Amino acid sequence: MGEVAHSQPAWVLLAYLVAGVCFILSLRGLSGPESSRRGNRTGMVGMAIAVGTTLATHGLATIAEIAGAMIVGGGIGLVTARKIQMTAMPQLVAAFHSLVGMAAVLVGAAAYLNPEAFGIAVRITPIASPSIISIFPQSRIEMGLGVAIGAITFSGSVIAFLKLNGNMSGKPILLPLRHVINLGTLAAILALIAYFTQDQAPWVFFTIMGLSFAIGFLLIIPIGGADMPVVISMLNSYSGWAAAAMGFTLHNSAMIITGALVGSSGAILSYIMCRAMNRSFISVIAGGFGAVASSGDAAAIDRPYKRGSAEDAAFLMKQAEQVIIVPGYGMAVAQAQHAVREMADLLKKEGVRVKYAIHPVAGRMPGHMNVLLAEANVPYDEVFELEDINSEFAQTDVAYVIGANDVTNPAAKTDKGSPIYGMPVLDVEKARTCLFVKRSMGGVGYAGIDNELFYRDNTMMLLGDAKKMTEEIVKALG
Amino acid sequence: MDFISILSIFVLACFVGYYVVWSVTPALHTPLMSVTNAISSVIVVGALIAAAAAGSASSKWLGLIAVALASVNIFGGFAVTARMLAMYKKRERKDG
Repeated sequence: MGEVAHSQPAWVLLAYLVAGVCFILSLRGLSGPESSRRGNRTGMVGMAIAVGTTLATHGLATIAEIAGAMIVGGGIGLVTARKIQMTAMPQLVAAFHSLVGMAAVLVGAAAYLNPEAFGIAVRITPIASPSIISIFPQSRIEMGLGVAIGAITFSGSVIAFLKLNGNMSGKPILLPLRHVINLGTLAAILALIAYFTQDQAPWVFFTIMGLSFAIGFLLIIPIGGADMPVVISMLNSYSGWAAAAMGFTLHNSAMIITGALVGSSGAILSYIMCRAMNRSFISVIAGGFGAVASSGDAAAIDRPYKRGSAEDAAFLMKQAEQVIIVPGYGMAVAQAQHAVREMADLLKKEGVRVKYAIHPVAGRMPGHMNVLLAEANVPYDEVFELEDINSEFAQTDVAYVIGANDVTNPAAKTDKGSPIYGMPVLDVEKARTCLFVKRSMGGVGYAGIDNELFYRDNTMMLLGDAKKMTEEIVKALG
Repeated sequence: MDFISILSIFVLACFVGYYVVWSVTPALHTPLMSVTNAISSVIVVGALIAAAAAGSASSKWLGLIAVALASVNIFGGFAVTARMLAMYKKRERKDG
């Protein structure tokens, strides 16, 4: 294949390689909180090298317009990054994914409209007729794939954003024959990409783009709110593959390395989230989970349970040797994390050992709960992952469950008929006393199922707003 | 670079990504997502090439819009990651 147009000076190739290595190091830094800050800075250096190299080899003629675009975009990005609340991180990440997807689509379209600028076409001049610019067939496949993945990332992320932000109901929207429609559309996209190598007509290119926008939308609407942690990780992965496909088109090693890193990162996070919910990836993609609320809640509400007051809770925890706090997303919604940390501080002054137990899907995205606790100044070495702390509940005096429900439900271990059967859960019932903060006895968890735990002898229900209840306990402790 | 060298880079980078990401501590999975978001905006390289090229006005404008979108991500992604990472603190040992 005629690749002459791609030849770039060696220093340019090396510079992109260095940028790629910087990106690898930025992820490597995240193996621990201490090295992570340096890692993030290394990532910035890598990006500066990539942008600088491109500008030096291409962009100086239009530098003013480019600078304008970067200032506008960068300004919006910086203001958003500063203002965003940590509870809204999942929405922000979804929005950012959609931008990567759209950027990939636009770059693909720009490359299609002006292939010579990207060095991916040859000009053929037949005798006595206008010259034709023919894009290399291989580049057409790469471009088609890049645009398709980018478009799916964009429209999928927009739906994920709307669901996470509450602009759209988290309930799955189930179209009739949706699997047939989805598979058919995917097959059509692949067939068109194959046909694109024979015919570079605009209709082929723009139909690939349009169908891909549609399939991104169709793929995400049937997925329920409970599965959003998987979806957002999956879209993270797609945005990486889109960048990689564009890297193939442009023969740019920085883009290929980054795309591969981000693609595998998103894939691994999706896998971790699926494992934490005991769901297969296929069943998440197929959607529909959480569509039917389970029946029989009404009967369950009548069962006897023990109710306690903030004073009771304060007394129990003060006497304890070890308290494990189990936070869930409800804690973040009630903005109770600062009150929880205050409570923990007071307990520590009384000589109580305090730890936090985090389920992988405690938040709305991977690692979300850790960020929310870090924001409330909870030291990260008091925060433990499920597999590291689960054995400790048996030697714990009090488990304080706040805003979490499904991730503590023992039905996951015992009830084969439960929709969450097999999901790893925190063994809070093994603690001597389990304090369960909940708004009322009526509501059920995100998965829509009752929790056996509420009615156990060693469980004390603290009914009320998570923040108010914790603040009352703080008062009672003080 | 020919296709095979590019493919080699890609395949090896997938393996690097696999091992590097498994070594990320679960506590930092949210920053991992925001930083991967920022670095995947290296797609700005393609946008810059389009924005800088002569020959097609529409291609240039698409490129400029893509530069703006990717810049939101680059600056926003790194800044929000830095903001989150700054929150992770160790326990103060003095009060034991």
